[in-house]
Amino acid sequence: MPSPRYWREVPSRFRLEAVRCRRCGKPSFPARTICPACRGTEFEQIGLTREGTVITSTVLHVAPDEFAMETPYAVAIVETPEGARLMAQLVDCEPSEVKPGLPVALEFRLIRQEGHGGILCYGHKAVPAGA
Amino acid sequence: MRDVAIVGVGMTRFGELWETSLRDLFVQAASDALHSARADHLEAVFIGNMSAGQFVGQEHLGPLLVDHLGMVGVAAGRVESACASGGLALRTAFVEVASGMSDLVMAAGVEKMTDTADVTEVLATASDQELEAYHGITFPGLYAMIARAHMEKHGTTEEDLSWVSVKNHRHGALNPKAQFPAEVTLEAVMRSSMVADPLRLLHCSPVSDGAAAVLLCPLDQAKQYTDRPVRIRASGLATGTMALADRKDIAVLDAVQRSAQRAFTMAGLTPADMHLAEVHDCFAIAEICCVEALGLVAPGTGKSAARTGETALGGRIPVNTSGGLKAKGHPVGATGIAQAIELVEQLRGEAGARQVRGARIGLAQNMGGSGASSVVHIFEGS
Amino acid sequence: MAGIVGYGAYIPRKRIKAEEIARQWGRDAASIEKGLLLREKSVPGLDEDTITISVAAGRAALDRAGIDPQRVGALYIGSESHPYAVKPSGTIVVEALGVGPRVHVADFEFACKAGTEAMFVALGLVESGRVEYAMGIGADTSQGAPNDALEFSASAGGAAYLFGREALLADVLETYSYTTDTPDFWRREGEFYPRHGGRFTGEPAYFKHVLAASRGILEKTGLKPKDFRYAVFHMPNGKFPLNAGKTLGFTPQQMETGWLVPTMGNTYSGSSPTGLAAVLDVAAPDDLILITSFGSGAASDSFVLRATALLPERRGRARTVRSMLDHPTRYLTYGQYASYREKIILND
Repeated sequence: MPSPRYWREVPSRFRLEAVRCRRCGKPSFPARTICPACRGTEFEQIGLTREGTVITSTVLHVAPDEFAMETPYAVAIVETPEGARLMAQLVDCEPSEVKPGLPVALEFRLIRQEGHGGILCYGHKAVPAGA
Repeated sequence: MRDVAIVGVGMTRFGELWETSLRDLFVQAASDALHSARADHLEAVFIGNMSAGQFVGQEHLGPLLVDHLGMVGVAAGRVESACASGGLALRTAFVEVASGMSDLVMAAGVEKMTDTADVTEVLATASDQELEAYHGITFPGLYAMIARAHMEKHGTTEEDLSWVSVKNHRHGALNPKAQFPAEVTLEAVMRSSMVADPLRLLHCSPVSDGAAAVLLCPLDQAKQYTDRPVRIRASGLATGTMALADRKDIAVLDAVQRSAQRAFTMAGLTPADMHLAEVHDCFAIAEICCVEALGLVAPGTGKSAARTGETALGGRIPVNTSGGLKAKGHPVGATGIAQAIELVEQLRGEAGARQVRGARIGLAQNMGGSGASSVVHIFEGS
Repeated sequence: MAGIVGYGAYIPRKRIKAEEIARQWGRDAASIEKGLLLREKSVPGLDEDTITISVAAGRAALDRAGIDPQRVGALYIGSESHPYAVKPSGTIVVEALGVGPRVHVADFEFACKAGTEAMFVALGLVESGRVEYAMGIGADTSQGAPNDALEFSASAGGAAYLFGREALLADVLETYSYTTDTPDFWRREGEFYPRHGGRFTGEPAYFKHVLAASRGILEKTGLKPKDFRYAVFHMPNGKFPLNAGKTLGFTPQQMETGWLVPTMGNTYSGSSPTGLAAVLDVAAPDDLILITSFGSGAASDSFVLRATALLPERRGRARTVRSMLDHPTRYLTYGQYASYREKIILND
């Protein structure tokens, strides 16, 4: 991952910064310039709560090389209380137990790295709430 | 707009073609298309290709490929919409001819996928890099999420998914150009290794090399090239949200719905008018979602259409008579053109053992990413 | 007076039992469990490191303090397993915590003492009035060489302490440090595993410094062991802290709350800070607490703290150490452990 591209996403990856459209109220994560729902351009800055529920999920048994040592791992679409949806790995649980509606917490984790010499790329993963 | 017809077709066999390079794949398909129409010139070439830059380290395909076709000077360029690149190339060529800009245009598609070690990672670049691929999701993974959402909503089962593979392999067994021209049993599909739960290996289209090309000209000039032109009645292109998480209903491919509505409106036809269809079955769940989104089957019945034979050869609306992406192979950029070629052969009555009797009108639907782009073409035989 | 306004800890959820490591190397599990008092240890996932542990602990500390992260003027992380050789852990942690950019940040290393070192410096800056709030974190994902005694103890975890001058959860009454040059344990640049001097790590290293610092702070404060409700000593294994405490005149009852090592392992820079967090999870107002760290090389830092009336009402804002320690999600085989700890050679 080229460093500038990674670095640019720090506000959303590290702090779950998002925006809410002042016109229609739709949350966008990460922040956008134009609201995808109403094309509004006025936004309120919000931070997503570090919790949510699973909308849908899968368990990957075949992964890109970079993630190969982590298989099998669960990936889910999680909805936060603000109504924003994001994709995240679901860890510290049996992948097969991940089901829609599962309450989760979002934790700061190492997501990927560019080989042994490259930068470390962080972000959030989900864990079952209370784990 | 002028009426447009396909007057020539050519395609390579699909498969792991170790001895053939990207440029040679293209030259083979393009030459066959030119020969089939007895054409010795071209005004423009649009090449559908997802990612030669990543697969073989080669960008700038337009000049490279017409150069190797011995046609330096011809207008040419690459067209990209991930796995819908071929369909988008066809639409681009269609517009070029319909508008009166050019009279003889090639729409081609080519992908050389087996030169790359990590195909999974390259394909994942068709998802949102920052929001999806970053987190280690793969294409089978995205479609697996769609499958789970579909299962949750419609009660679709792993067996329903597996019947799609069984049906398409049954069709593919009749296609000499298919990568896997062999039938598979339901048991073999359901026992194959898990790729992304609930999708197993035999629910997934393979990694393939291949190229396909079609020649387009105004319908009123078609007789110069062929006795049996196939008219392109309509072209519909649409997009959906890039990130799966942003879809209102993850089990619905709304870009497919939109592209179909646009095509049906343009053609003045309805799904019931279709005699057959090639749809984008990159994964078994995709065919189930697509036949619903296209309106080929009643809503919620996509899951059982393959099992009941409704979408099989001899059924009410045969889908993927070529074997689909699953059995025919899926060299991503070439797929949209290969679908058009299956329609041309069927509507000309040249499909041999796969022939749908009396087929006169059909559609081809090609999509990119997790369904973020979709293009539908409606064809009519003469 | 300055003191702790927020604290938090994090322990990864995977464990390996001493028995499983012993089985791998043909050792006698019972003698290790008896001799070193180690039953199991935490194991970080491939996605957990000093930075992620620091963020988790730091977020809990901020939650308990309930302050605007922008008011934190300094943040220090002590660890011997900073993920980068060159590039700070702290910059990533402040961004994730929403601290800064007007903040002073540094990574510390002092073997197992780096955590209390970060706390010491953070406290000093707050006391001096240089910054309003300062955070000191101790965290590690330590590696023990395969088939080395340290493999039974080296684990992962950490704790974060936010210091301020108002709304204290614990007053810091006194500090004391004792430092000499004692090469009992080290790791040279580029080496994967640390090396140690075997029994040399005991008397002249651990015990000399822990006892000297603890006696020093008792003398300085005029307090006696019996005045304390709790005592926490650095926990390289189960036995050392109990022996040190006994020598100083502390009872097992005073030590048991912060004595986490039998099921947590040695979290190095996070060891005694996590023990302190476990104490703060249960301490009553006015309870006196002694904590003495140890870092090879070698030194000990001692702190005397007194819990305030605010502590009981704030601790529920984040998870307790016990709740993390007592609910592991998975016990690993040695093969899984070797994979998680990247002990298996792979091509880049």
